Amino acid sequence: MNTTIMLFLVQDGITNGAIYALLGLALVLVFAVTRVILIPQGEFVTYGALTYASLAAGQMPGTAKLALALGIGAFVFDLFVARKALHGRLILRSIVANIVLPAIVLALTVYFAAQKPPVAICIALSLVIVAMIGLYLYRIAFQPLAHTSVLVLLIASVGVHLALQGLGLLFFGAEGQRGPAVLSGAFTAGALRFTGQSITVYAITIAFIIGLWLFFGLTLYGKALRATAVNRLGARLAGIRTTLSGQIAFLLASVIGALSGILIVPITTLYYDSGFLIGLKGFVAAIIGGLVSYPLTAVAALVVGIVEAFSSFYASNYKEVIVFMLLIPVLLLRSLAAPAVEEEKD
Amino acid sequence: MSALLSVTDAHVAYGKVEAVRSVSLEVGANQIVTIVGANGAGKTTLLLAIMGILPLKGRVAFAGQDLAQLDIEDRVAMGLGLVPEHRELFVTMNVEDNLELGAFRIERRRAKASMERVYALFPRLKERRKQLAGTLSGGEQQMLAMGRALMGEPKLLMLDEPSLGLAPIIVADIFRIVTELRASGVSVLLVEQNAQAALKIADQAYVMELGEFALSGKASDIAANERVAASYLGFQHEGESAL
Repeated sequence: MNTTIMLFLVQDGITNGAIYALLGLALVLVFAVTRVILIPQGEFVTYGALTYASLAAGQMPGTAKLALALGIGAFVFDLFVARKALHGRLILRSIVANIVLPAIVLALTVYFAAQKPPVAICIALSLVIVAMIGLYLYRIAFQPLAHTSVLVLLIASVGVHLALQGLGLLFFGAEGQRGPAVLSGAFTAGALRFTGQSITVYAITIAFIIGLWLFFGLTLYGKALRATAVNRLGARLAGIRTTLSGQIAFLLASVIGALSGILIVPITTLYYDSGFLIGLKGFVAAIIGGLVSYPLTAVAALVVGIVEAFSSFYASNYKEVIVFMLLIPVLLLRSLAAPAVEEEKD
Repeated sequence: MSALLSVTDAHVAYGKVEAVRSVSLEVGANQIVTIVGANGAGKTTLLLAIMGILPLKGRVAFAGQDLAQLDIEDRVAMGLGLVPEHRELFVTMNVEDNLELGAFRIERRRAKASMERVYALFPRLKERRKQLAGTLSGGEQQMLAMGRALMGEPKLLMLDEPSLGLAPIIVADIFRIVTELRASGVSVLLVEQNAQAALKIADQAYVMELGEFALSGKASDIAANERVAASYLGFQHEGESAL
């Protein structure tokens, strides 16, 4: 192998690794705050990507309708929970957040889909649609189970993943799609060629990581999210609602997922079920970070990306196997280094 | 005048085991009320149930409003604060962040003033404000837990065993601060095994035994009671293990 090929592989690995880093960070965040292992993260990726690609191709994405349907479901849940103490303001707020908002977005989507909108509008609509889906999913599938064990939450998570994947097939069909590049053009530096898209991936990943760091370090809501992750009872005693923290975590995770999808879909053809494997690689990074460490997760994600790039060069049939095998030594080391932690009861 | 907190005929059970049976209690404005009793008598259980952490059968009213339909966060917003036995601090965050989060439900403008008040009450916390909560000493953690609860501007602060495991000089400090709180208009419901110290500063007192109130009355009368003196003020008898 010569240096040029190696550089190419490293570059490719870093581009993918950056995406895995975003997904891994979202997984760590959601787990720390809600104890949900977010298997449907991959579906947020495909939904974001395919919604974006459909819109750019002038087609109506089914996800906009799904958002409205889930919103109505979330509204019914809200009503049911508050049935003993219903009052006008509560109902009104729930209608606006769960029905009016997705209805407006659906109307906008219908309007824009007919006329091949510019890239920026496609991105914005895709992000908003997937963000709403993430938020309502939390309300419907996870909030009612918030007090149960990690295992129950994991089972719910697998269920949501399977349901979303099936709906993905219904909405987007079995054929793969590609979307237009967010930033076209390219330049060459030495032996390496940087496309506008790969630069966008780096820039957005770095911006997001800095943004998250500022959010968690400086804002009251970011600190509240960390507090919920550190001590759920303590957070409740400070008046921080667990459901509010859960909503913010899911909102961030779905936006990160959709954004990752939008960044990948101009580079690779994505199918309705591609998200699972992509999400799983973010998961590998998150596990290497112990589901708690953000910096370790980001570094691990880059390693995962680079290992994947090299193994697809040397043994492309085995590239997934090699990436997932990374877990075995890590888990072994972790099990030796730290005794099993009892699950927190609250 | 109606009481700030009134609990009527409260029962709290863990499964089929009733840990608190038919308990009634009142805390008035500007009062320190203490519940003393042996380990396992049900004192902590009662506080957790008043806060909404454990389900309670019976009636709890705070500032004239029934709490039955309200969850923990709503009770906090109403002005009910709890400093739990294990403090439940945000150990990986610094002192200032812990305090800031205590005022999560308070207007930002007022939170600033609250923080100054807490720092005036606990100057040690101000010195350590950039230190992680998990690295503080036991006494400082207790101060931080109280400070965090005070940031929410409670009308009633419930303290669960604030003296547990602390050096006598720090205990004295904490009890002094509890009396200062009363002077500044915060009522305190104090659960303590250290009955002697608690009865000295309290206005009203309840003696809890095996899930029920065995005695109640003015703290000075309770302190003078022979049975209490024998059971709690001299050699504490060993109760059942903690819940």
